[in-house]
Amino acid sequence: MQSYIPIFLMIGVSAFLGIVFLVLQRFLGPHRPNPEKLSTYESGMPPVKSARERFSVKYYMVAVLFILFDIEVIFLYPWAVNFRALGLFGYVEMILFILILLVGYLYILKKGALQWD
Amino acid sequence: MTFEQGVFYSLAGVTVFSAVMMLLQRNPVNSALFLILNFFCLGGLYLTLNAQFIALVHILVYAGAIMVLFLFVIMLLNLGDDKRLTEHLGMRMYLGIAFSVGLLVELLYMFGFNTPSSYTQLSPASAEMGTVEFIGKVLFTKFLFPFEITSFLLLVAIIGAVLLAKKKIVQ
Amino acid sequence: MEISPVIEALIKIIVVIFFILLPCVAYLGVQLERKLSAWIQNRVGPNRVGPYGLLQPLADIPKLFFKEDIVPAAANKFVHSLGPLISLTIAFSTFAVMPFGDTLPIVVNGVVHNISLQIANVNIGVLYVLALSSLAVYGITLSGWSSNNKYSLLGGIRSSAQMISYELSLGLSIIGIVMLSNTLQLNDIVKAQSGYYLFGFLPNWNIFVQPIGFITFFVAMFAETNRLPFDLPEAEPELVAGYHTEYTGMKFGMFMLSEFLAMFAAAGMITTLYLGGWQAPYIEYLNLSPFVVSLVQVGAFFTKFALIVVFFMIVRWSMPRFRYDQLMNIGWKVMIPLSLLNIALTGLFILKPIHTWFN
Repeated sequence: MQSYIPIFLMIGVSAFLGIVFLVLQRFLGPHRPNPEKLSTYESGMPPVKSARERFSVKYYMVAVLFILFDIEVIFLYPWAVNFRALGLFGYVEMILFILILLVGYLYILKKGALQWD
Repeated sequence: MTFEQGVFYSLAGVTVFSAVMMLLQRNPVNSALFLILNFFCLGGLYLTLNAQFIALVHILVYAGAIMVLFLFVIMLLNLGDDKRLTEHLGMRMYLGIAFSVGLLVELLYMFGFNTPSSYTQLSPASAEMGTVEFIGKVLFTKFLFPFEITSFLLLVAIIGAVLLAKKKIVQ
Repeated sequence: MEISPVIEALIKIIVVIFFILLPCVAYLGVQLERKLSAWIQNRVGPNRVGPYGLLQPLADIPKLFFKEDIVPAAANKFVHSLGPLISLTIAFSTFAVMPFGDTLPIVVNGVVHNISLQIANVNIGVLYVLALSSLAVYGITLSGWSSNNKYSLLGGIRSSAQMISYELSLGLSIIGIVMLSNTLQLNDIVKAQSGYYLFGFLPNWNIFVQPIGFITFFVAMFAETNRLPFDLPEAEPELVAGYHTEYTGMKFGMFMLSEFLAMFAAAGMITTLYLGGWQAPYIEYLNLSPFVVSLVQVGAFFTKFALIVVFFMIVRWSMPRFRYDQLMNIGWKVMIPLSLLNIALTGLFILKPIHTWFN
């Protein structure tokens, strides 16, 4: 726990600095709003509809697959730290784990789930 | 009060606050934001318990990966008018309140009045047990089988995700 | 002279933020980038404010504070301010585990104090950096979404998909190093890179031991920091300014600041993980006092760091941008298999070192 104190402090100090920036901006800058200024920028055209449109399912796909492979990456860390201690046995174990996930990876490629067209 | 206690109480306070705010927000994006803050603080709480690996994994996987998906889904669906989404809970709400009061009483009984001393102090062994090294050693020797099975679980999840999201490619 | 760890950490944090990072952003970032881009494009660059234009950043940065903060009427006001705040906080926090040097021996009243030149020497340093980079997605996604502007939204969504895709190869590339050094502590990873490799004169840096990992890590770092050729989130010709289209004044400045800081963090991580960090090769032949050695090592760190930063800039000003499908294809179909291959090969070479293969 002791060694984490600086990390908490660092996060605190940097967040504080960010807030100071935001507050300073508020007091130092001018504030003269008008409807034209506050309208959404759309290359000089009057904005059409809200920007909160639905977007392609591909992005959702990327996020789901990211979670799954992220878990794989996480599992690799405790293994890598003990790699020398676990030796050949650990190596074979992890290769098996990766191979099983590679099946899933190949399936993704085959189905074209990550095809951006 | 030591510095560590200060860290604990402030983290715990923010955790509770963000959990409550998550429930009370009408805007789903704001709710998701409070949930992220909640996960982040939970990660910090794990750190105070010397569970370093769990803490980081919690932030990496929950706050960093799963919540990105949540935000994507909220933005993707773009449900728009949140008043339309208001649910009329009625009976379920009273049941929910009853259960949470029950849980609160149970927790108070367990920890509030007669806290066993082992709960108020960190055992020295915990400092070693939470490290990545220790978890790796146990995971890849003692819990080898569950670990390998996890890969199948992930495989199934990958296939499921692809099946759900990817419709047949129309030629 | 005993000072509490809290005070010591605070002093280090203030030194790092105000005397290293902010000057670095002003000069190594803003000023050098402008001068370099001018040089590459055959222009002169800023040369009016102060000698050689050296005071230009001091004029540029405060200017941002005096600009009007325009929040579009359609925007979600709270989240709109939260975006730059998250970006900046995360960009600064990465430096908490960066080892700028080993230890600096300072003699006070005849007692040697070894001051660690790292804010926090935690034993999960690598994972901490990964966790922060996974949180950095929010700053961009949220600012893109909250602006309620089509360009911003597209920029934000694109960038989050890009960042999470490359984060996988980022995490996978580091595994090779962790396998070699068996630790997640960044300072120990640097220490593990001491000594010499091959023929006894090449420093034992991970760039020479892990060439594939180095390439995947380097490319992933470019993508993570949204620098060209991976700057799809703010591709000017198509998205105006991407996720920060609707930001003005210091809020925009905070994005600039965090972008530069992210680049510095990337350069620092590349230095630490692959270029031997603060290791200065051949220094042991010079018989210097420990204090001087320590200073030379800090110098070595910053030299490597600055070289990487300059490389980042030269790439930015001389490369065209990827198309989005190319970017995603590289991320998922090239980087991930390559970094998995790197892990398999590293394991093989550790279990059976190369000199034992032929006898």
